[in-house]
Amino acid sequence: MSQDSTSFRAEREGDWQRLEAMLKRIEGRSPRALSDDDLLDLPLLYRSTMSSLSVARATVLDRALIDYLEALSLRAYLAIYGASGGFGRRIARFFLTDWPAAMRALWVETLVAIAVLAAGTAAGFLLVQAEPEWFGSIVGSDMAGGRGPYASAETLKSILYTSGKDQEGLKFFATYLLTHNTQVSLACFALGFAFGVPTLMLVFYNGAALGAMLQIYAAKGLAVPMAGWLSIHGTTELFAIALAAGAGLHIGTRIAFPGGRTRLAAAAKAGRTAGTAMIGVIIMLAVAGLLEGIGRQTINTDWMRFSIGGGMLLFWLTYYYGPRFRHAA
Amino acid sequence: MPRKARDMRRRLVTPEGVDLGVVIGDTGQRIGAFLLDMLVMLGILIAMTFLSAYAFTNTAAGGEMVGIIWLLGFFVIRNFYFIAMELRPRAATLGKRWMGLRVVARDGGRLTADAVVARNLMREIETFLPLSMLISGLFAGTVDALTGWLGFIWTGVFLFFPFLNKDRLRVGDLLAGTWVIRTTRDKLDRDLTTMPMAAGFTFSAAQLDAYGVYELETLEGVLRRTDAKSRLTVAQAIIDKIGWSSDVTDIDGFLTAYYTQLRGSLEKRLLLGKRRADKHDVGV
Repeated sequence: MSQDSTSFRAEREGDWQRLEAMLKRIEGRSPRALSDDDLLDLPLLYRSTMSSLSVARATVLDRALIDYLEALSLRAYLAIYGASGGFGRRIARFFLTDWPAAMRALWVETLVAIAVLAAGTAAGFLLVQAEPEWFGSIVGSDMAGGRGPYASAETLKSILYTSGKDQEGLKFFATYLLTHNTQVSLACFALGFAFGVPTLMLVFYNGAALGAMLQIYAAKGLAVPMAGWLSIHGTTELFAIALAAGAGLHIGTRIAFPGGRTRLAAAAKAGRTAGTAMIGVIIMLAVAGLLEGIGRQTINTDWMRFSIGGGMLLFWLTYYYGPRFRHAA
Repeated sequence: MPRKARDMRRRLVTPEGVDLGVVIGDTGQRIGAFLLDMLVMLGILIAMTFLSAYAFTNTAAGGEMVGIIWLLGFFVIRNFYFIAMELRPRAATLGKRWMGLRVVARDGGRLTADAVVARNLMREIETFLPLSMLISGLFAGTVDALTGWLGFIWTGVFLFFPFLNKDRLRVGDLLAGTWVIRTTRDKLDRDLTTMPMAAGFTFSAAQLDAYGVYELETLEGVLRRTDAKSRLTVAQAIIDKIGWSSDVTDIDGFLTAYYTQLRGSLEKRLLLGKRRADKHDVGV
């Protein structure tokens, strides 16, 4: 009686099973796991399975068969259309166009973040200058690492220059600072979702800690060495924090003021721009970590530190806002 | 349960014009996957701690090295475990994989790296922040505890966000334009109409007219999944409904024969463009 739907299934079942076996291999590793023949047949099998699904929905009343075809088609669809494409080309595209373009798209928000960071730094500096007791409440003992308004110039200086012997615990401290600052950048981004306000507060607060730290060195006449110590990785790191905050602000403002789009669409678009920017920020922070870990330990002269820090800043600025690379496709 | 699954179904139209109808993963699966991932991360952390302690235990600066490795490891796992796992072809963390979930782009397009990064960096305010607020609310002194609780109430909005929308979107999903769907990998079950046919069961057109597609699919479910007792109940209901006069000893044979002939009759009508939805559907 039901010869039609039974033979429909019998004729095509082999193809479905072959597709299923291929998908298993693709999901396990990558499309490269397939032989050339299989790779050529994959789109054909995919299309014939899609058409099987359409036919089955219209003519077959076997629920198990339709469920199976739906699941198989979805898997095949995601394996074919969801695949990430050529890895190398994507990487090239990211570095040549996507990354700088995302940073350029955030320039207004980045300027705002830099202004707030500068304001925070000034506030921290002036507060500690007026009343040294502020240092403890602004910086916190973890971050200070033994530094404070009452530390001797010698102690302060010993952190700025490594002398080979007495750096017990300094590496740990450096690692702590690195992970802490990176975590701050990522939090700056995520907090942007709450309409950007907590992001600005966090940036301001971290600016204040920086200002307080600068002040205690400046008070002992160590402003220039401190700035050098900071700048070798600090230009990259602070810029990265400002960009992360800019990305957060971008999300917050786009959700608050979606413009012509629906709020959901505006959020998704802003999220992708900010996501690309955050990949860049993470790379910058890794570079800053390398500069801090290697550069600061080995380079102990101020002018070298300044020129590396300045050079890095110049590099980032040119890369983001300078003349653009032409990139086909 | 099938009715519930239908509620979570969303359109996903391929370029070929076929609606694949993805099913959104439910809250239980999402929570389960998250907890499993937490356990995996904890496991990695513990293993890493022991390994580094073992490797550096005899060197001079051993303690510091272990500290550094732990700090960096914790940092990397916390921020990049989810991202690294979801960038792989299966687009799922281990927890998601075990719970049968994966991440896809809401527009059905490619799941891009920026989307994966955006959706996972948001975990910072969605889970880690509320949890740390909760911990300080529970364990800190009075003033800090109050701040902690107030903070938890505020950030709790992000934590419970997925419960508040029908697509079960996290804040991260919202921003990345993604959602988390179920991955089913059903084996193709046998075709019930190809089963050996018991003799003596031939139904008249009137008897086959008693039911529609809904009842057919229910009967299919009964034949595939249930025990002898409920089959007996179903067989009795059918016998009463169609007025089958002779005695039935072979229950399975009767049900399979009725299923096969009912499906044949309904599929024949389907070819003529008439889909009889259920037994109440008498057509125009």
